[in-house]
Amino acid sequence: MKPKHRRLYVVVLALLALGSAAALVANAFEDNLVFFYSPTDLVEKKVVPGQAIRIGGLVEEGSVIKDGLDVEFKLTDGARTVKVAFSGSLPDLFGEGQGIVTFGRLAADGSFQAEEVLAKHDENYMPPEVADALKASGQWKPDEK
Amino acid sequence: MTVETGHFALIVALILATLQATVPLWAANRGNRELMNLARHTAWGQLICVALAFLALMYAFARSDFSVQVVALNSHSAKPFLYKLAATWGHHEGSLVLWILILAVFGAFIATFNRGMPDTLRARVLAVQGMIAAGFLLFTLLTSNPFTRLIDLPIDGNGLNPLLQDPGLVFHPPLLYFGYVGMSTAFSFAVAALIEGKVTPDWARWAKPWLLIAWAGLTMGISLGSWWAYYELGWGGFWFWDPVENASFMPWLVATALIHCISVVAKRDSFKSWTLLLAILGFSLSLLGTFIVRSGLLTSVHAFATDPARGVFILALLGIAIGGAFLLFAIRAPSMEGGSGFAPVSREGALLINNLLLATATATVLLGTLYPLVLEAVTGDKVSVGPPYFNATFVPLMLPMLAMMALGPLFAWRQARAVEAVKKLWLAGIVAAVVLGITLWIGESGIAGAFGMTIAGWLAAATIFAWVKRWWGKGALQRLVGLPMEVHGMTMAHFAAAVLVAGITATSIWQGEAVKLMKPGDQVQLAGYSWTLDRVYDTVGPNYQAMRGEITVKDDAGKLVSTLYPERRFYPVAQQNTTEAAIHTTWVSDLYAVLGEGDAVAGWAIRLYYNPLVPWIWVGATLMALGGLVSAAGKVRVRRARAAKQPAEAAA
Repeated sequence: MKPKHRRLYVVVLALLALGSAAALVANAFEDNLVFFYSPTDLVEKKVVPGQAIRIGGLVEEGSVIKDGLDVEFKLTDGARTVKVAFSGSLPDLFGEGQGIVTFGRLAADGSFQAEEVLAKHDENYMPPEVADALKASGQWKPDEK
Repeated sequence: MTVETGHFALIVALILATLQATVPLWAANRGNRELMNLARHTAWGQLICVALAFLALMYAFARSDFSVQVVALNSHSAKPFLYKLAATWGHHEGSLVLWILILAVFGAFIATFNRGMPDTLRARVLAVQGMIAAGFLLFTLLTSNPFTRLIDLPIDGNGLNPLLQDPGLVFHPPLLYFGYVGMSTAFSFAVAALIEGKVTPDWARWAKPWLLIAWAGLTMGISLGSWWAYYELGWGGFWFWDPVENASFMPWLVATALIHCISVVAKRDSFKSWTLLLAILGFSLSLLGTFIVRSGLLTSVHAFATDPARGVFILALLGIAIGGAFLLFAIRAPSMEGGSGFAPVSREGALLINNLLLATATATVLLGTLYPLVLEAVTGDKVSVGPPYFNATFVPLMLPMLAMMALGPLFAWRQARAVEAVKKLWLAGIVAAVVLGITLWIGESGIAGAFGMTIAGWLAAATIFAWVKRWWGKGALQRLVGLPMEVHGMTMAHFAAAVLVAGITATSIWQGEAVKLMKPGDQVQLAGYSWTLDRVYDTVGPNYQAMRGEITVKDDAGKLVSTLYPERRFYPVAQQNTTEAAIHTTWVSDLYAVLGEGDAVAGWAIRLYYNPLVPWIWVGATLMALGGLVSAAGKVRVRRARAAKQPAEAAA
């Protein structure tokens, strides 16, 4: 092959690889972008029920009700709260007053159906999303970590 | 005193690194042999100083010297001794010292080995290594000094995050760092070549063993991390496409591409600027990985405490290193190309496709990893990109590559005949067809499972047959011994890829899961086994209390397969619970049990998993890393033999 043809061949192959990657990305990207909201955002940004999202905040003191594997609790950012329902085993660091992030969908009645609950990883570490949500609602007290 | 000695040693190392970064570079331009050789001494001096600093820090941890801030924050007197030592690198400051130590080890080795390498090239490679070391030493000393003393002595330490008290975590960070930092050698060789203005097949032969060693370390580091996540986080999964996992995976993908294209430089004196580009990219992604983990920008198990000053500093380092290297590349690379031509169907052609697919796959992972950061910076929206995105983009790009991997090694350089290569693989085709038949016949696997297993079978069989064909026949033994080590290394690594693919496919598609609230005596049926919770009792560890479950697993015939003891531990120092999954492993599957919250009245939340072929993932990764090492050993051997021959020829 002449150098000119070789270059053309390389360019065509590269475009083919990039093109198919772009097609794959375009196909998968939109559906798998999961937005994060605070309880306040849920109300203010009018999130559509049924869409997969993540929400985060503090587990309200005294709000956790357990019935077997089913758990219900309230998630708050200080300004607003949202009721969360979850079925399954909770992470080790889940507890009242703890900052958590949960993945799931908003139900029609405004409660949140969680599919996954992530707690912060140690007592000093606050998920950045939760910290920001608390800052936004004016409830951030860094000393109380 | 040892602590102050350690601090002092780091400062001396910084001075040596600065010398190494400047003087040999100037000397190489002037052709001053003596000053060029200075780099060899400073490289060893740096290693000694940094090792001293590291040992001083480790000694402080071993003695639980709580007057040192990082010890007080990250250790505890009640911790088992091994974990006290491992705590040396279980936090930001210490992990940086480890990073620099590994860099110094690579530097000293490059200074000593690579005999026959021209002095100018060695001086330049070491100078670039010196620049990297100086940057990181400065970063450590200015923003993250591990030797800071506390004025108020605490009575005891804070303890380490109990999730990290685990044998997997003792070795995972050093190996991963070994891989990250090892990528700096390829970077240094690339930048040195750009400064020198030429890339030769010899250059590729000198650079490749370091790259292979680093790649093997990265492979092991990633797989140990995955193994840890698998048994410690208790989710039954092995890979989560977590940003931090991606951060280590991207350099691995680029390093894999680089190993393949640097061979083309060595054998055919072609693909030169692409090789340099990949070498720069690989280390850039390693630095980016360090930055992502250290900056705390992302929610992850790996995020250490955040400090914006550090993030900005690393970002600046990143900018200088990557920006500088790319600028140099833009100026010098256009004059480098040339080399010999090749047909689309040839070894070069196959390696080109391999590289394009790996590079594209890296780009899609990079997009998914960085997009949330970019979007948040631009619009303030917080998003995350879920695993389905990565599966939907990464997997389809890898499938053609795996299929090609079987053919590529059979192609001749320059020009090959595809039909002949395919003809040689008729036996592998039969193996693949049989695997396809079996997986479809078993049913319930769906197309994805059957497809994945078929590709794995095809690749495994083709790799073995191609290898056997190289020596089978008359004088087989002699021919086998005569084969270059590289061939064995490649065969191992490609076969390992097939094992890995089979493991990943099987466990992703046929995993069985049951979540149940169980009381003692309750039984669950899962994957043809009956799992019975016998009892749950209290027990005590060295620095924790635990609830331990006892689960007996019996097979269809009622025969006892295993008794599992999952634990829920409570660490009083950190006020934290962890779950310890119990795993019964055979070569073909794992039985996996996790004890959740609960009490005697309501029962315990128990999660059970049946994970088929999951051990193959780690067996495959280990074999793959070994393949890299075998290949590296071969390179060194060939070079020795050649070096021994050269003086003789010169004499003649």
